[in-house]
Amino acid sequence: MAKKLLLKLLVVLAALTLIAVGCGNDDDDAAPEPEATQAPAPEPTEAPMDDEVIAAFVFVGPVGDAGWTWAHDQGRRLAEDRTGATTLFVENVPEDGPDFRNVVVDFIEDENANVIFATSFGYMDAMEELAGEYPDVVFEHASGYKMNDTNFGNFFGRMYQPRYLSGMAAGALTETNEIGYVAAFPIPEVLRGINAFTLGAQRTNPDVEVHVTWTFTWFDPAVEGDSAAALLEAGADVIAMHQDSTAPGLAAQDAGARWVSYNSDMSAFAPDAFITAPVWNWGPYYARIIDAVAAGTYAPGAYWGGMDDGIVALAPLAADVPADVAAEIDEVAAQLTDGSWDVFTGEIRDQDGNVVVAEGETMEDGPMLGMEFFVEGVVGSATG
Amino acid sequence: MSEAAIVGLFVATVQFGTLVFLAALGELIAERAGVLNLGVEGMMTMGAVSGFMVGLETGSPWAAFIAAAAVGALVGGLHALVSVVLGADQVVSGLALTIGGLGLAAYVGRNVVGERPETKFTDLGIVGLADIPWFGDIFFNQPPVVYVAVLLGLAVWFVLTRTRWGLALRAVGESAPTTDAVGHSVMALRSGAVMVGGAFAGAGGAFLSLYMAPGWTEGMVAGRGWIAVALVIFGAWRPGRLALGALLFGFTLALQPRLQSFDIEFLGVDVNRISPALLGILPFVLTVVVLVIISWRFRHRPSPAPAALGLPYRREER
Repeated sequence: MAKKLLLKLLVVLAALTLIAVGCGNDDDDAAPEPEATQAPAPEPTEAPMDDEVIAAFVFVGPVGDAGWTWAHDQGRRLAEDRTGATTLFVENVPEDGPDFRNVVVDFIEDENANVIFATSFGYMDAMEELAGEYPDVVFEHASGYKMNDTNFGNFFGRMYQPRYLSGMAAGALTETNEIGYVAAFPIPEVLRGINAFTLGAQRTNPDVEVHVTWTFTWFDPAVEGDSAAALLEAGADVIAMHQDSTAPGLAAQDAGARWVSYNSDMSAFAPDAFITAPVWNWGPYYARIIDAVAAGTYAPGAYWGGMDDGIVALAPLAADVPADVAAEIDEVAAQLTDGSWDVFTGEIRDQDGNVVVAEGETMEDGPMLGMEFFVEGVVGSATG
Repeated sequence: MSEAAIVGLFVATVQFGTLVFLAALGELIAERAGVLNLGVEGMMTMGAVSGFMVGLETGSPWAAFIAAAAVGALVGGLHALVSVVLGADQVVSGLALTIGGLGLAAYVGRNVVGERPETKFTDLGIVGLADIPWFGDIFFNQPPVVYVAVLLGLAVWFVLTRTRWGLALRAVGESAPTTDAVGHSVMALRSGAVMVGGAFAGAGGAFLSLYMAPGWTEGMVAGRGWIAVALVIFGAWRPGRLALGALLFGFTLALQPRLQSFDIEFLGVDVNRISPALLGILPFVLTVVVLVIISWRFRHRPSPAPAALGLPYRREER
């Protein structure tokens, strides 16, 4: 008897779970579902007309991550408004395995997409293959380095430029002269960001040290928050970061310290701690590619735009950044924008005191893209 | 190395330890009843998302914590239904629970991803004791969940070893037919254990989303459910050893970022210049070492695992 009762109870509980799940379905506001219904697909085999662009975006994370994917989705929205093109997207597509390929093929075959934007490094090889199989579709890859002559290009931004500016603000606000940097993976992109940030901090505060902790994560809030806490305990009073979570900011706010976020203006998450953030602004580039495809003038390239192009920028500064520092930041931003000066201009020494960029010289793009050292003033291991 | 840095190391040790301890304690209960549940990761994730969402709605961390435990119990109930009542393979059912739980959590929480937390647990700061130098912050200024976990650990130990109910539960983990013959309901004992275990895992997930990393995003449990499963073996199915194991594991997790920021020399090498990739394998090296020690100590004794672990029971097939 008891067993039967229990069985019934379990069945009821299971049913309740299903009902609870069903109820979560109502208020899906802005986001179209991955298998979007907007695209009319009358004759799937026929290529769309030249002037009609259907741009499909493949995202590695959720658009609500407040970070990397969120910034790309803002770009998608802006491009759609500006060009009038139809855009589609799908979130959370893993970098490994067949998912990416299947998603893209569905976009092309079923939704008539003729531009594919993919926003994570790991999609690169699959994109190269697909670009060969679908010569009439334009493939644009964020953060990669592969391309071809007809329909496959890559794009990224000189994030190190606003990182430098954010470092200037951080250097001015640290009182202990120790800044903690919660770093993701020891790859050139991250090292470049740490170095640019450090050089900027040293500009406003020659005594500053930047202490680096590697988390080996792009997104693990518990580890990233704890790493920030560890840096704060060790004496840092400003935290900078390279991951996609807001956890380091929450840790900084809890400790009464300050925070430079990344990817987007995250001031709402830790308003007392927030100083500023180097941010992405992908929209204008997406709009430009869509316009070029619509006009039939698209040619693939390896695009690495900077502040001059607006693809990277600095979020508004906190109110307590001293006025003279804010003015100097504006000044340097103007130089970066008009191209009269760039961040890695000598003399720059590495962690061990060797000169890596001589006085008056500016580092070329090649060495910058392959950067493997820490500048003087960074404390930590550059090789991970 | 400053006092703040050392205290911080142990504060984080206790917190990471609590996170895995809660989930592992739940798994221990289920396994002592003979049910292997590999769905801990899924149950924790469901707990994390539902705790965060209830916190957003109610603004009360306790309501969120209890709701997360209830959801964990419900999700655990699915495993009980499939593997205990229907007698399906426990490994397959548990894995399905992990995969399904992750997907379900992503679906349920898709509109609150990255949202600002409305509420979270704050450190307790026990009057008088929290101000003791060194030990105050480590033992008396932790979030309330830490103390709840300690109480739960004591309660589980007491119930398992000092009550008739605990005796029946351990018995069903050793031999279901015998327990059945004595007149206990195998199904009720095992299902109950799995659901209580699920509640613990859900609570662990809520500790993550309401304190350690307030907020919700997919994948935020990040494999800690699997650490919990391993910890049960590590702790030889005893709550006390489990607590030690959880603290040890918490220590290695807390050590990893901190060794990088400590300004100390060891054998003539600056510690903060050691590759953090090497530091990252520390927890796993430790796991292997401790497992070797345990198996060496148990070499002449029977395995500490419950004898009926993983075996479904159907009365007719006795």
